[in-house]
Order: sequence, then C-alpha cells, then structure tokens
Amino acid sequence: MARSLSTFRLQLRRFAANRLAMVSLALLVLIALGCFLGPYAFPFNGEDADFDFISAPIDFGSPHWFGTDDFGRDLLVRVLEGGRVSLSIGFLGALTAGGIGILYGAVAGYAGGRADRLMMRAVEVLYGFPYVILVILLSLLFGGGNLALFAAIVFTLWLTPAVIVRAQAQSLAKREFVEAARAGGMTPWSIVVEHIVPNCASVVIVYGALLVPEVILSESFLSFLGIGIKEPQASWGNLIETGTAAMDTDLRLLLLPGGLLAAVLFCLNFIADGLRDAFDPNDR
Amino acid sequence: MLRFLGKRLWEGMVTLAALVVATFFFMRLAPGGPFSKNRKVSADVLEHIKASFHLDEPVWMQFGRYVWGLMHLDFGPSLRFRDYSVGDLIAAGLPYSLTIGFWAIVIAALVGVALGVIGALRRNGAADYLAGTVGVIGIAVPIFVIGPLAQVVFALKLAWVPVGGSDQGWRSLVLPVVVLSLPNIAYISRLTRSSMIEVMRENYVRTARSKGIGGRRVLVGHVLKGALLPVIAYLGPATAGIITGSILIETIFAVPGIGRHFVDAALNRDYPLVMGITLLYGGLLILFNIATDLVRGWLDPKVRGHG
Repeated sequence: MARSLSTFRLQLRRFAANRLAMVSLALLVLIALGCFLGPYAFPFNGEDADFDFISAPIDFGSPHWFGTDDFGRDLLVRVLEGGRVSLSIGFLGALTAGGIGILYGAVAGYAGGRADRLMMRAVEVLYGFPYVILVILLSLLFGGGNLALFAAIVFTLWLTPAVIVRAQAQSLAKREFVEAARAGGMTPWSIVVEHIVPNCASVVIVYGALLVPEVILSESFLSFLGIGIKEPQASWGNLIETGTAAMDTDLRLLLLPGGLLAAVLFCLNFIADGLRDAFDPNDR
Repeated sequence: MLRFLGKRLWEGMVTLAALVVATFFFMRLAPGGPFSKNRKVSADVLEHIKASFHLDEPVWMQFGRYVWGLMHLDFGPSLRFRDYSVGDLIAAGLPYSLTIGFWAIVIAALVGVALGVIGALRRNGAADYLAGTVGVIGIAVPIFVIGPLAQVVFALKLAWVPVGGSDQGWRSLVLPVVVLSLPNIAYISRLTRSSMIEVMRENYVRTARSKGIGGRRVLVGHVLKGALLPVIAYLGPATAGIITGSILIETIFAVPGIGRHFVDAALNRDYPLVMGITLLYGGLLILFNIATDLVRGWLDPKVRGHG
C-alpha cells in the first residue's frame, strides 16, 4: 500500500479484524436499538396493567409475547424499558466518570509538584474506602432516584481513570512538543486540554470500555438491593430482584432480564478486550 | 521493612479517619431519619426518643460524642434493634460473613490458580477452553443472576442443599461460598494464566531448564514463584470484591451476616450500625492491602525497593 495510515486508523483496522469483538459490537447495537425503539412498537407501556392477563405465561399468539408480571404489566416491554435505563446510565456514567478522571489526572500529572501530591493523596484516601459502602451512602445522601444513583456511581468510579491518565500525563509533560508549547506562550490550561488530553486518548479508550460494564453492574447491583431505581420504573436490577421472588414458580421473570443483562456484559467485555488488543502499545 | 509498615499503618489511619468523618456526615445529611418509618407518635414522644439517643443535639456535638465513644471502643446502641448495641450485632453477624468470605477466597485462590496453570501449560487444550469459559462467565454474569439460578437448580429442583438460611451447618454454606468465589476464580485464573505464560519466557526460567533441572521442579520453584506475584497483588482488591459480593450473597441466601445488616441499616438510617460496619469493612480492607504489600515485598525484592 502506497499511502501510509495514521496510527488511529491502524488501530481501528486492527479492532475491525477482531471477529469476536465485532460480533459483540453488532449484538450490543442490536440490543440497544431494541431497548430504545422497541417499546414504541407496542400499544402499551411498561407501567400499564392489563387486568385480563395477570401473570400470563409466554405466548407468542397473545399481545404479551413473554407474558406479564403479577400486576399484568408486559414483561418484554418492561425489560426493554429497563434496558433503556441501564444502558443510558452505563454509557453516560462511564462518559462522565471518564471525563472527570481524565481532566483530574491530566491536571495533576501536568502540574506535578505539590499540587500533584495533594491531588493524588486525595485519590488514595478515596481508594481506601470500601466501594459499595461509598456508593450506598452517596445514593442515600443525594436522596435516592435516578440522578442520585448516577451521581453516586460517577463519584466512585472516576478514580481509576484519574490514576491511569495522571501517569501518562506525567511522562507527556516532559516531552519536547509540550515544552515548545510552553515556550510559545500557551497557558497551562490550554496545554492540558489541547496537548495532554488528546495524547492520552488510546489509554482512555481502552479503560473507558471497561468502565461501561462496571457502571451497568453498579446500577443493577444497587437496584437489586432496593437502593437504586425503584418500582414502578423498571431497571434490569429491580426486574431481577422481582424475578428472584417468584423464581420457584416462574423462572421467566428472572431469566429474561438476567439473560439480557448478562448478554450486554458479555458483549461489553469482549469489546473491551478487542479494544485493548488493538490500542494497547504494550501488547504488540 | 518496619519503616514501610509504619508508613502504611499511618496512611491507613488517615484513610480510616476520613472514612469516619465522611460516613458520619453523609448519613446525617441524607434525608429521612431513623424513626420516620415508625408508627406515628406525638411530637412530644418523638422528641423524647430523639433526646434519649442525643439526636437533638447539634451535629458537631453528636460527632464529638461518637468519636469519644470510639476511643473507648464503644460503637453506640443500635437505633432499630432495641436493647442491642452495635457491638452485639456485629459480634453476632460477623462469624457468618467471615466464614463465607474466608472459604470463598480460599476456593477462589486454589481453583483459580489451578485453572490458570493448566491453561498456561496446555494452551488451547480442552482444559484451557474450559478455564476460559469459566473466566468469561464469572466476569460477565453477575452474582445476583447466578445466585438465584443456582438456588433454583441445586436447591429447589435437585434439593442437594438448602435454598438459604444458616441452620444446616456446612450444607447451607455450599451455595453462598461457591457463588461468591466464582467471579474471583475467573479473575485469578485469567491473571495466573497470562502471568505464567509471561514468566515461562523469562531468561531465568530458560537458565534453570538449561542447567538440567527437571520440568516439575522448574515449574514449582521458578515459574510459579514468579507467576504468582500478580495473583497475590490481586488478593487485596479481591477482599474488596468479597465485601461487595457478601452483601449480595447474604441478601440472596438470607444469611444473617453483617452485609445484609449494612443495607438494612443504611435504608433505616440506623446511624451507629452503619458507622460500625463501615469502620469494620474499611479497617479490614486497609489491613488486607497492607498484608498484601508485605507479602509482595517479601517475595519480590523489586517491590521492596519502592516501598
């Protein structure tokens, strides 16, 4: 080939060659489309009770394909709506936590010296906190509800990206092009934003991909325990919780949300693995 | 070594102090109170109850009182379980939680390392694929999906073990321990496999082979010793994972341990109980991290240098 490719192109090409990761990506997109668009295809929503069909079993001939729960609410629609909540929180949460972590780490790594020591000290102390306990306390502090849950998860998950980016930023800060930018009169802030952050991109992409399943897992974990998203709003966590209550008579209520959650986590893990193989310079 | 230990213990104390302050004020600032779910009582009576727990004082005074109590190893009374102190409740629940957590870690370490070693020695063999499958399932399928499924299959359908509770001795421990160890088996087997493969390429292993040391002795004396370092380093974070998991496990299997107590206490705003369990978990986590670092330093001279 005559034309040379940029590193980023090469990395994308390497990712595209990973069959497992591409299949996972396709499946994930499919599930996401189903969750976001699927509910519109039904004449009822997940909170509508159908009193003619209470605890209906799986029946593809009836209007409720996967049956209903004990309130007569359509299970499939509830699971899809729950997926919408779980996936949104997962991706937005990973994006926000990643963003905060990147900025914090880049500033600490670039600034160095006492500011760096102080900032990383704070991170270390937070690291010492038991993660679950912090999430539970924070979501109570913010008063429950979706936003509180989101804030609590973001607040506990920005630490690792901060540490990773800080190490990268530290070595970048000593490079010639950063020194040139400084000599040219760029302000520290714009150096961080224009030079440090973009150069951390590949590390961030690899780690960010691992952050998404972590956020989804945290959300469903808290909703399962009854601290996160609460009835009547559906989320995979609280649907699984409802499913466990009825599991000795009717496994369907557990298997559908649990299976979908597991499928999404499988896909995200394979995608993260694929990204790491494609982007991580240490692995080549 | 002693200086290192002192430094780590001091850092641990700082973290623990920050944890006490954060937990205390987070709990007080969270909306709702310990008695808001009780049946309605007159304002007078409520005032009286609050006064008896010193909840009518300003928050900073309550904080001072709590810290003063801590210095005397007094964790205060539980606000929900009448006549029980936090110390009593923890003493009653801790044995269950510790037993399950301990066996889960032991099984995860043994099975995880074994799977990882077999996988690395017979790469792309049947055992490797089996280990890989277990690894992916353990990482991707959450405990709160595997747990109920295991209950359905092994307790309800096959009736080999009880569904939950704690009244059948070791039989009621089987499911909680196995389910709790699964994610850790997954992580440990993955770690062991990749670090074994890396170490087997090292020069010192080749040297040992070329000196004519037999396969098994190289494996145990040289490869495993080097390959287990990252696994040991993982045991610190694994403790944190076990704590997270035990909260779920105790909820799913109705184990009367402290994990479930914690969730209930947080939901009921039982301030002293939340504080007590948080301190316990935080302390355990810090001690485990220090112990992990000590063992690593002992095994690996490189780590010692940076301490």
